[in-house]
Amino acid sequence: MEQPIAHEMAKRQREIGVAEFFSRNRHLLGFDSKRKALLTTIKEAVDNSLDACEEAEILPEIHVEVIDMGSDRFRVIVEDNGPGIVKKQIPNIFARLLYGSKFFKLAQSRGQQGIGISASVLYAQLTTGKPARIISKISPNDPAHYYELKIDTQKNQPLIMTDEVKEWSKEHGTRIELDLEGSYLGGSQSMDQYLKQTAIVNPHVTLIYTNPKAEQLIFPRAVETAPPKAVEIKPHPYGVELGTLMDLLRATKAPSVQSFFVNEFSRVGHGTAKQICQGAAILPSTKPAEINRDMAEKLIKSIQATKIVAPPTDCISPIGAELLEKGLKKEINAEFYCAATRPPNVYRGNPFVIEAGFAYGGEQLADKSVSIYRFANRVPLLYQQGACASAKAVMSTNWRSYGLSQSQGSLPIGPLTIAIHIASVWVPFTSESKEAIAHYPEIIREMRLALQEVGRQLGSYISKKRRMHAESKKRDYIQTYIPHVSDALKEILGFSDSDKETVEKMLVSILEKHRGELKDVAMENTEYNEEFARIGKGKTSDDDDGEERSADNGNGEDCKAPDKKKNAGYQQTL
Amino acid sequence: MAKQQSPVLVNLREKAEAVYHKILKKQQPELDMPLRALSNVKYDDRGGYFELMGKKKARTLTASTVKTFAQTLRMMALSKELIEGDDIATKREAYYVSKNWDEARFNEQPESDAIMDDVEAMMMVNREQIGFIPEEKGGDIAGQMIVIDRDADNGKELRIDCTKFGSGAYSIPSSVEGLRFETNATFILAIETAGMFQRLVKHNYWKKANCILISLGGVPTRACRRFIRKLSDEHKLPVYVFADGDPYAYGSIYRTLKVGSGNAAHINQFFCVPQAKFLGVTPQDIIDYKLPTHPLKDVDFKKIKDLIKNDPFIIHHKEWQKALLQMSTMKVRAEQQALAKWGLNYVIEKYLPDKIKKVDGFLP
Repeated sequence: MEQPIAHEMAKRQREIGVAEFFSRNRHLLGFDSKRKALLTTIKEAVDNSLDACEEAEILPEIHVEVIDMGSDRFRVIVEDNGPGIVKKQIPNIFARLLYGSKFFKLAQSRGQQGIGISASVLYAQLTTGKPARIISKISPNDPAHYYELKIDTQKNQPLIMTDEVKEWSKEHGTRIELDLEGSYLGGSQSMDQYLKQTAIVNPHVTLIYTNPKAEQLIFPRAVETAPPKAVEIKPHPYGVELGTLMDLLRATKAPSVQSFFVNEFSRVGHGTAKQICQGAAILPSTKPAEINRDMAEKLIKSIQATKIVAPPTDCISPIGAELLEKGLKKEINAEFYCAATRPPNVYRGNPFVIEAGFAYGGEQLADKSVSIYRFANRVPLLYQQGACASAKAVMSTNWRSYGLSQSQGSLPIGPLTIAIHIASVWVPFTSESKEAIAHYPEIIREMRLALQEVGRQLGSYISKKRRMHAESKKRDYIQTYIPHVSDALKEILGFSDSDKETVEKMLVSILEKHRGELKDVAMENTEYNEEFARIGKGKTSDDDDGEERSADNGNGEDCKAPDKKKNAGYQQTL
Repeated sequence: MAKQQSPVLVNLREKAEAVYHKILKKQQPELDMPLRALSNVKYDDRGGYFELMGKKKARTLTASTVKTFAQTLRMMALSKELIEGDDIATKREAYYVSKNWDEARFNEQPESDAIMDDVEAMMMVNREQIGFIPEEKGGDIAGQMIVIDRDADNGKELRIDCTKFGSGAYSIPSSVEGLRFETNATFILAIETAGMFQRLVKHNYWKKANCILISLGGVPTRACRRFIRKLSDEHKLPVYVFADGDPYAYGSIYRTLKVGSGNAAHINQFFCVPQAKFLGVTPQDIIDYKLPTHPLKDVDFKKIKDLIKNDPFIIHHKEWQKALLQMSTMKVRAEQQALAKWGLNYVIEKYLPDKIKKVDGFLP
């Protein structure tokens, strides 16, 4: 008798290593093309450096160097003056996926999941076979540790190739060096653009960038104060889901459900905790470990029915309208700038703040769709604009009332650049590559309100400009017809040419008596830096606005077509 | 004719001087003209025509009116030139003259016509007196009369016998002030449609009835109104109007002939025929003669309502209100030619003779 087939199949069924999964689905992490791989690597490294510096309250100074090694290989070096990493943690942080500190806390930071930098290490290892070289030092009195690291893709564990102490002149900081396959092109989706936009929204950072052409670009810091340190908050009950709640209940050290709620959540006092328990018909003194699935579900329902104060919002640090405007002035030679920061709001229990800034007119093209610069927690987002909540907010705003043309449900047309920033303790991205913000109605609504707030300023500027235009046209009009009035009078009355001149002079003063001075309404921009603006604009022909074209841009890049369905499914299961 | 008369020239000069002096005083100059609209006329029963009320519109020189203001002055200058040179220009010619005015030129003729009407009203004269003549022709005449005109080349008297046009007709010229008439007819019959006029001419109705036939061709032109008025005044002839039985014939054709129009309110006094009476087709005729009809359309009902509510002439005459209301209840209208139902010459043999026996029954 033959064995059931299932036994045969069982031989092939085994656990999939998380690193193995990502090595096959690299597009989920932003490595779907060679060009993007280079950008993503730099982005992850720089984001980590900035987060670390800010947490340690150090004004960041970051060196980025990209060296062209020939045959599509690049060496990426990112070095910071951050707090450094203790020896024991270095292998885990750089050579283990889903390892990090930021996933477990709710605080505004650039990184969130603990995937980014280790994914870059993995990608480098896959494309060149070379290990990542890390050096880190935590104080002048401690030694600098040097590691060469690879990832064991099946076990998702670091493989330590070299571990030694080195002499390093820096007082403290971290440096990472990776060799990877990539492709260097300029344009609006290049690393050049990313670094420039990073400098725009992080004016407290000094960035020294050496590009593959061995040209050094320096973005010096513009302000000497770092943004306030991100404050960590506990989750708000409104944002918690059943699975998470059960995990938290299992992990807590609280003796009762009531104290569990008080300790683990923000905005829950003893009274509110009691109310939640009563709503679920559970004794407040019940031990957290005794809560089963059904009871947890009742608790979730009870949370939704209980009135709980909105989460604290002082944990968010926006860029600020003034700095946003300043950044735009540096980048775009326009005639009018304005910006606004919205008051904090909440989605799924997470507080967030939306900011928007406009640069209008000047050298920008009037017959093209507006440009959107998107930022999330001060990180520029360069890909998947079409899938982003911000694009949806821009498209669903009525721009006609602000003097721009717009056809139904599309981007407005006009000489305008929009910068839009979301700051939150947890920015909801549509995928792990963190390119587009998820479509939460609360977020889209706030974005729209921000756009409208700035839009009103823009609208009043545009109408003022039109008025001035009409006024100067009217003056021309007057000047055109005055001679006809005097000519006709001369014909009827037969007066002399000098009389005619007098009449004309009088007419000018009569007609222009009540008209004010003509003013030039455009703003003066002394911040604009032409050289700065040119960075990242070298090549734009192959820039894509959406995910589709990046998949088949035919540059012979090793791009795997990003599968949207898979993408979405992944998002849910993670 | 008025061309040689200086009063118009003096008036023109005065208006221009007023503007000039205002300018020298650094004040905004103005040109006043009467508002030409039905809302600015009242029906003068004794005179029997629409009389202008006091409403004026002032064209003040401002940034936005500077173009029209310049054009109005230009038009006044052109008028002065025409009067002084004893010349005339048609409305279309005036429009072409404006092409020399660079930016102040008119793009379309209606623009120049409107400015011309403004100047005309401002001077309170007939446009012929300021040197402009319309292109429109007056209407056709046949019947027992001789028109005395002058040869344009040698000024000799021309005697035009209106009985000698056979199946054709004499055309009223655009300017009728210089004409004189000889006639022994007993009445004037003004006919709305050319078709009915042709029928009456063909059968020499004017001979049978000893009358003068005039074809109005829709709403009568100023020249046509003036011609009928002059003829009727000079020879004490009653004027009977024979038109379609519909609100447009009553309220626009007949009303304009009898009392003038809102647009020409400043000259109605001379350009209307207060002695005119309405012979038919009346709403009662439609019933009495069992005429074939057409249903009234929405615009017709609207016109009736508007006439009863807003037209000073209709408001003054209860008979007309009654007739219009009667038509409104009947919900039908009838054309002059509908009489052909009873035979092609029924109108000559029966309808008109019957009607003319009862002149007192005509609508006012």
